[in-house]
Amino acid sequence: MSETHAMPHRRQGASQRRASARRMVDGSRLPISAPARRNKPRLKLLRWIGLTLFGFWVLVALFGPLLAPYPMGAFVADEIYGGMSAAHWLGTDYMGRDMLSRMLTGARYTVGLAVVAALLSTLVGAGFGMLTVLLPRWLEEGVRRIFDTLISIPSKMMALVMVSAFGTSIPLLILAAVLSYAPGAFRISHSLATNLATLEYVQVAKTRGEGRFYIAAVEIMPNMIQSVLTDMGMRFVFIVLLLSGMSFLGLGVQPPAADLGSLVRENIGGLSQGALAVIAPALAIGTLTIGANLLIDSLSKSRDTQKE
Amino acid sequence: MLGESLTVRDLRICATPPGGEERIIVNDIGFELAPGEVLALIGESGSGKTTIALAMLGYARSGCRIAGGSVQLGDTDILSLNATQTRALRGHRVAYVAQSAAAAFNPSRTLMDQVIEGALIHDVMSRQEARQKAVSLFHDLALPDPEHIGERYPHQISGGQLQRVMAAMALITDPALVILDEPTTALDVTTQIEVLRAFKQVMRERGTTAIYVSHDLAVVAQMADQVLVLQNGETQEHNTTARILEQPAHEYTRSLLAAARPQDHLSPVEGRHGGELLDIHDLQVGYGSRDGQGRPENVVLEHINLHLVRGQALGVIGESGSGKSTLARAVAGLVAPSHGAVQFDRRELSTTLRGRTPDQFRRIQMVFQSADNALNPAHSVQRLLNRPLETYFSLSRRERRARVEELMDLVKLPRDLLDRKPGELSGGQKQRVNLARALAAKPDLILCDEVTSALDTVVGAAILELLVELRRELGVAYLFISHDISTVRSLCDDVMVLYQGECVESGPCQQVLETPRHDYTRRLIGSVPELRQGWLESRPTRNETAAPVT
Repeated sequence: MSETHAMPHRRQGASQRRASARRMVDGSRLPISAPARRNKPRLKLLRWIGLTLFGFWVLVALFGPLLAPYPMGAFVADEIYGGMSAAHWLGTDYMGRDMLSRMLTGARYTVGLAVVAALLSTLVGAGFGMLTVLLPRWLEEGVRRIFDTLISIPSKMMALVMVSAFGTSIPLLILAAVLSYAPGAFRISHSLATNLATLEYVQVAKTRGEGRFYIAAVEIMPNMIQSVLTDMGMRFVFIVLLLSGMSFLGLGVQPPAADLGSLVRENIGGLSQGALAVIAPALAIGTLTIGANLLIDSLSKSRDTQKE
Repeated sequence: MLGESLTVRDLRICATPPGGEERIIVNDIGFELAPGEVLALIGESGSGKTTIALAMLGYARSGCRIAGGSVQLGDTDILSLNATQTRALRGHRVAYVAQSAAAAFNPSRTLMDQVIEGALIHDVMSRQEARQKAVSLFHDLALPDPEHIGERYPHQISGGQLQRVMAAMALITDPALVILDEPTTALDVTTQIEVLRAFKQVMRERGTTAIYVSHDLAVVAQMADQVLVLQNGETQEHNTTARILEQPAHEYTRSLLAAARPQDHLSPVEGRHGGELLDIHDLQVGYGSRDGQGRPENVVLEHINLHLVRGQALGVIGESGSGKSTLARAVAGLVAPSHGAVQFDRRELSTTLRGRTPDQFRRIQMVFQSADNALNPAHSVQRLLNRPLETYFSLSRRERRARVEELMDLVKLPRDLLDRKPGELSGGQKQRVNLARALAAKPDLILCDEVTSALDTVVGAAILELLVELRRELGVAYLFISHDISTVRSLCDDVMVLYQGECVESGPCQQVLETPRHDYTRRLIGSVPELRQGWLESRPTRNETAAPVT
């Protein structure tokens, strides 16, 4: 036994011991970590990038149509798939319309539809998620099975079926997105709420005789809002992609109006020429979703560090 | 002798809070230990006990930095080792026993695999030798069935046994220094005594140098040769255990000693006993599906009879799993009993929350053990105290404000804390808010579920004092649930001892605790560590029955 624990002494050697004498007062040179300092500037930078990208698209959605130099459906140039020029900053599309105007107008559909659909699906999903925890067991199970059934239908399939059955319209697109994405929000908020509902402050509220809505809204909700918001951000991105996908298939927003997805589809013919008309809306979808993601990530992280 | 001497000089550790400036959390700590000696680090939470103990491993928690000083183990200067050398040191020459064994074990691997892991990583012996060594350690630590206990998984043995297996894990490499970080704090007193005895014997036999971190002076008195009293990361007093216990020099040490014996200066008040308040008749509570006779699968409580008059304080003691919390929850309406009746103020109390009247809700208030969980972290103190006032009384905004301030005075909290959130309060302050919220309802009965258990000794004693005072002033009745006999003794008139879901003894506090009739009561009382050295040795050993498998 004495052999075994003499080993580390031998490994260290004499030089180490001399070095240690020198460092006696300098303290440890073990790897130290100061997470606060390391993460902070990075976090801020990411938040600003996210905020800039997302904020830009929100502004475009709000004021874009006012700034558009030409009406969205006007044929203004002879050249199709035209490049960047002073008259047409983003070139022209496959019918010689001004691409900048079309994007400024189309962003409203993408951002607006997605925001509304994301808000609605989170409201429905998280609302049910919190309330079911407080319902009697059989009712809770019933609601869960309904949402489970919905979650098992692929979102695109559901949207396609609905569009082919009822024809495409904006309320229908929103409904399709909510039906596809509320069940996910429900599952997440339900599992969060289940954990919170067992905590003692919820039990205190129960023994105080509080009603279900009070417990859900005042005791449970504030403690899960952060995760729910993060989830909503994710859902926003999914919905942008779903709606863009639908438009790409020609089943979303109908011409002459166009959202970012339809803009990509319309101009897909220009892909071989590397036309700006197809690259610009694709980039727009990318920056919008990435911006939203960065913003939400950094927001939830900074909340965490505050809590510590 | 396996232990080596340990010399710590001028240890200084700094921490950087998120977004804040670096500050010193441990300053100027120094002590010397001869081989085989045990030093106890004692102090309230936040005093730097664990931080110092971890520095012996050359480790600082995330956000902390060992800023100066030296730790000399044998002839190794631990703080000057590089990362590879530290890795070779940890779990080999310096071993660590954590507070919660349940959280420290991997539930998906057998105990043996985890116990010998350290020996295999450091390559000090073959797997075969390590297994033999582990079995002999299990034997020394008085674990049941030492040959085969290693084949079990962590959830298959009890908490006290798991803590001993963890000690085996630490000792497998014959470390020169063992750090024990509150190893018995999470255990029941009856289990604690066995664990302490096993630890002490093994450490004495091997001559291991050890650092014992604890907030319990009585435990420290059994285990340590030297005691270092800490407050705010600074040494308050450092002396031999005998001197600390008999002639404490520092004010803070004296307050620790006083807090460890609350019954010396606190006693239950002569309550203004009134009419009948709570009457429980043949109560049975259980979980799981019920059989033909309506008996649940797992019965937690059975044959409970209880009688409480206005202004009376009844203590319920028992170890974890004895069903004492379930009793409070049944009275509060959180679990429905499967049999029996509960009467409150001569009226049948509905078994579920739905059937209770607002007035019943108001008159029965529950105070939970952990104020961290019992106070909604999203609400301010003001809002927490306001809510019961809104629910139960129709007061104007100004009256509510006045009442909230009155409540703050009642629990002795400064009013400027009203705008804070629970996360910004200390443990004791949180528990006071928790109490204030219950008092806001002007209840007749407060169910106190281990209200002082999660607190430091000194803070817990202050809360206890507050409870005694509130009872005198307001005449509320308490159903006081605790595993700590000394707190019950200083607050309650009557006591009820629960063992495995049944009441084994009940009666006036004085009578039950001085002349216990039931074996279990005797064992429970005899297991509470006393504030003197040699107490552990004076206790008769108890033959442990076969390990419970759950």
